Amino acid sequence: MQSKDISGFGKLTLGAGLAFLYVPILILIVYSFNASKLVTVWASFSTHWYGVLFNDDAVISAFGLSLKIALFSSAMSVVLGTIAGLVLARFGPFKGKSLFAGMLTAPMVMPEVITGLSMLLLFVEMQQWFGFPAERGMLTIWVGHVTLCMAYVTVVIRSRLVEMDRSVEEAAMDLGARPFKIFFQITLPIIAPAIASSFLLAFTLSIDDLVITAFLSGPGSTTLPQLIFSRVRLGLNPEINALATMTVLVVTLLVVGANRMMVKAERRRARLAAAA
Amino acid sequence: MAESSLHQAAKTAGAKSYLQIVDVVKKFGDNTVVDHINLSIAKNDIFALLGSSGCGKSTLLRMLAGMETPTSGKIILDGEDITALAPYERPINMMFQSYALFPHMTVAQNIAFGLKQDRLSRSDIAERVERMLELVQMKKYAHRKPYQLSGGQQQRVALARSLAKRPKLLLLDEPLGALDKKLRQQTQLELVNMIEQVGVTCIMVTHDQEEAMTMAGRIGIMSEGQLLQVATPGEIYEHPNCRFTAEFIGETNLFGGHVVEDEPDHVCIHSIELPRPVRVGHGITGTMGMPVWLSLRPERVGVSRQQPVVSGNWAAGTVGDIAYLGGFSIFHVRLDSGKVVKASVPATHWREEAAPTWNEPVFVSWTDNDAVVLTQ
Repeated sequence: MQSKDISGFGKLTLGAGLAFLYVPILILIVYSFNASKLVTVWASFSTHWYGVLFNDDAVISAFGLSLKIALFSSAMSVVLGTIAGLVLARFGPFKGKSLFAGMLTAPMVMPEVITGLSMLLLFVEMQQWFGFPAERGMLTIWVGHVTLCMAYVTVVIRSRLVEMDRSVEEAAMDLGARPFKIFFQITLPIIAPAIASSFLLAFTLSIDDLVITAFLSGPGSTTLPQLIFSRVRLGLNPEINALATMTVLVVTLLVVGANRMMVKAERRRARLAAAA
Repeated sequence: MAESSLHQAAKTAGAKSYLQIVDVVKKFGDNTVVDHINLSIAKNDIFALLGSSGCGKSTLLRMLAGMETPTSGKIILDGEDITALAPYERPINMMFQSYALFPHMTVAQNIAFGLKQDRLSRSDIAERVERMLELVQMKKYAHRKPYQLSGGQQQRVALARSLAKRPKLLLLDEPLGALDKKLRQQTQLELVNMIEQVGVTCIMVTHDQEEAMTMAGRIGIMSEGQLLQVATPGEIYEHPNCRFTAEFIGETNLFGGHVVEDEPDHVCIHSIELPRPVRVGHGITGTMGMPVWLSLRPERVGVSRQQPVVSGNWAAGTVGDIAYLGGFSIFHVRLDSGKVVKASVPATHWREEAAPTWNEPVFVSWTDNDAVVLTQ
């Protein structure tokens, strides 16, 4: 847009910065089309490893599990995070509010190793006392991911609610709607874009989480990041490149989608503000 | 102050009242925002609460709407005590300062929202929405979203939405505050016409005295949580009952002084700022020697080159500043005591002779009925 205004030195640093960020990914994508078995030696163009990838049952089932966990945990964290955001933004000052807010958002700043380890200890303890959860697997991973994602959702929803014009809700109440109805008919539609983007945020957080998952997964529940990690330790192979390329593709699509949605909502709000 | 609120209560109890606010107090922590307000309003009256920001007028309005609960006191509407009712149970609707239109609904859906809460039939809702759109002349825009409307159009939709439920009481919070000045003046009377067409009792809150005087039948002046004076616009302007009201509404010249002659039909006030005692043609409730303020509106002050023939109410001075405003000019006349008196003189006054100019010695004068004595 303003490329004319950028000096030669500026162009150089910009190019270097972008190269630093994206050349590795580019190389990774290029080598996923390598015919050779060695990752670092280029032989010829081939889609062989994609074939291998799509016939690799372990990868497919890990991907399925990751997708399932990501969907469930982002759905759950959106529900809980919205409720928490609502409480923080709307229910006025109550006793222990700042403690509540701090504890809700703690998982964001807490090292994931700590979160994962403490939850592992909890589940082990629970298993000993109640026999539930019987074993670690999808359920425990889900709980762990919800804890993490919910913190982010809460922050997004809370800030959206704080900046929302409260008199709109008051107007609904004034016109005879009860609080429950106001939430579903007025508040929810207005904050829908924020809910959608926090869902996507939670989804991306969950689908590539490795640390918490590593603590909370059990035998037979291997997520995609876990699988990639363990494969890489055994030795690189262009199949992983192909898998990574697919991941980059999916993430790019999601990010572009979320971005467009946010830009659209932002424009709408700007138009609204301009009209008011 | 106790005396005045008693006086107020006695005065309001006599009026035929539809809405009664009885000794309402609102405290936020230690801060008293609304301080023992008594007010009663007749049916189909348009009443304006006028005061500067932070005087408690909006809090009082929010208590009527049910958004805030009074710390003590009662609110009675049409014989029913509504103090404890939730906002959604009150037969009261409010037009918000920001209009608070639902951004995700069309104009028609906005207006229908309140009716849907009453579980009216679909055809009834459609009919009433139609009528409301007609009233505010927004039929063409029924399917637009709020952000596609101009400020004035949004305001009319907000009005239609708050009138759709046929409330017993309509509340307007700074109804024209969000419009630019030119549009505001044009909208004031339009709004009054629409409200009168529907025939609804209405309370508005505003900080704009012009808005209050144009739109309301009666005005209540509020300051620091107290209701200082309740009267028609004319009475408030011509006979303010306290210094705050006199200064708040319009411009005035104030002189501090004390009573030197107290008769039932007139009083004389001596002020060190004026050369001789001022005779005022109305009695006051007060005692000899009590300190008072004298309020003299600029348009009541005459300016002349000749010494007035009347014996008392005049003073000599020189012209300081002149603000020429076309139809009239405001002369700032510096009296010998150093006090500057503002006199608003219509242009037609200077037909025979040229208007006085800077530093010219002049006389200011007024009649017995022009000055008002303020005992508070």
